[in-house]
Amino acid sequence: MSEEEKKDYAESPINLEYHYTAGSATTRFLNQVKEGKIVGQSCPKCSAVYVPPRGSCPRCGVATNIEVPLTDKGCIESFTIVHIPIPGNPIVPPYVCAMIRLDGANISFLHLIQGIDVEEIRIGMRIQAVWKPKDEWTHSLENIKWFTPIDEPDVDVATLRFQES
Amino acid sequence: MIQAGVIGVGQTKYDAKRRDVSMGGLVREAIDNAMLAANVEWDAIDAVILGKAPDMFEGVVMPELCLADAVGAVGKPVLRVHTAGSVGGSTGVIAATHVCSGQFKTVLTVTFEKQSESNATWALSPRYPYSPHINAGAGGYFAPFIREYIRRYDAPEHIGWKVAVKDRLNALKNPLAHLHIPGIDEKMVSDTPMLWEPLRYLESCPSSDGACAMVITSKDLVGSRDVAWIKGMAVRSEGTLSAGRDEVNPQAGIDCAKDIYDQAGITNPYKEIDCAEIYVPFSWYEPMWLENLGFCNLGEGWKLTDKDATAIDGEMPFNMSGGVMSSNPIGASGMIRFGEAALQVMGKANDHQVEDAKVAMGHAYGGAAQFFAMWIVSSSLD
Repeated sequence: MSEEEKKDYAESPINLEYHYTAGSATTRFLNQVKEGKIVGQSCPKCSAVYVPPRGSCPRCGVATNIEVPLTDKGCIESFTIVHIPIPGNPIVPPYVCAMIRLDGANISFLHLIQGIDVEEIRIGMRIQAVWKPKDEWTHSLENIKWFTPIDEPDVDVATLRFQES
Repeated sequence: MIQAGVIGVGQTKYDAKRRDVSMGGLVREAIDNAMLAANVEWDAIDAVILGKAPDMFEGVVMPELCLADAVGAVGKPVLRVHTAGSVGGSTGVIAATHVCSGQFKTVLTVTFEKQSESNATWALSPRYPYSPHINAGAGGYFAPFIREYIRRYDAPEHIGWKVAVKDRLNALKNPLAHLHIPGIDEKMVSDTPMLWEPLRYLESCPSSDGACAMVITSKDLVGSRDVAWIKGMAVRSEGTLSAGRDEVNPQAGIDCAKDIYDQAGITNPYKEIDCAEIYVPFSWYEPMWLENLGFCNLGEGWKLTDKDATAIDGEMPFNMSGGVMSSNPIGASGMIRFGEAALQVMGKANDHQVEDAKVAMGHAYGGAAQFFAMWIVSSSLD
């Protein structure tokens, strides 16, 4: 870049810090995550189970006030292997970012997959959470370091689609 | 309802860094071109509808306020629209709705993004509270949906390369396009680095600066001007974290397309629509949207792409301008689709004109593939 061009603009990094109020549904969920438990919330109308819960069912517009304890096992609904560094993101590529569908849940969330050669990762693969040491647990899904494959038969992801009974 | 038409489309030159203009200069470049094309003066403009994607893309909050002079909105009603990546489309729909309401005769609408002011991938990858910080921009978000599409329908990997080549070859016919890559072929695409598997560098859209504007007026004021009549328009959205949602084939997209086809009296889009500008920011979204929008049955989209149906001289041309794959000022990208569709039916698309195009479709999607905006424009009112 020439000196002439440099005069046209200046780079000025910004940092935004938020105070986040979790709300009652997420607070219930995170208090249990802090104890190493994953508890979804179910819609009283259509019975869909949300994890992480946001407090209401987008399908029915009602509060998900039924708590549903889940295990930390599930399957990979889909995934990508991220090869590029993302500005401001601490993770070093390549890493596997997967849509995790816990057993009994009707939506997925994003988390890491480790403990396997990336070439062997498949849609439908069974996985389980690997937790951080208990003394590091906080109110965050970061208590789970990553998910890792377990020796169980793959799931047909077409069967995961929620259908109201 | 009052019938409305597009009488002017104006675009900027798209580029990675438009450092020759401010945000105000950028939007004004598109507006001047639109008003010149429409042959209208400022006193004819009753309201200004402005759209753009997240304000974090430039780091300027509510820019419609500081841009009031640049967009000619001082003393006039102004409305800001924001529906993520679909915003260029929904802004067009909202502007046209103002005219159809009968409360406004002629409306100026403009959308823009000046992505060089910040870093869009950073802005789309914030740390969410109480979650691992692993999100990796739009590509990182959409790649798992694309992988599931490929798995579900056993699609071969060269389909993505093919779309990447076709759209960039079209861009060579469009002097405003950001990317001009002479000699691009499937080998060049497949040799580029993997970004978010299965997406490679050249299977992804660029990050662009640019703006697009349109002048929309009511039927009684069209006069002898060239016009693209709006025959159907709609927006739809669905809950991102809703149980039962199919991210590969979102219901909101299906419903939105059905709505505009019904309004326009279209029963077979593949036969009755002459060409379409469809929001394809990553190569695989062409076959995915071919299916979602009802141009073919599920699982058949990649086969249409494979047999060149979407080429500019094919049976169902997609993205004659080069599309989002060749120019992506995010907030404007949807309106560019809407505006390019209008240019086609006005016969003003120059070197990327589809011969005898009478009915065209503009489409935009955004967010987590849960916001949709679409319209059908036609050369005739009948």
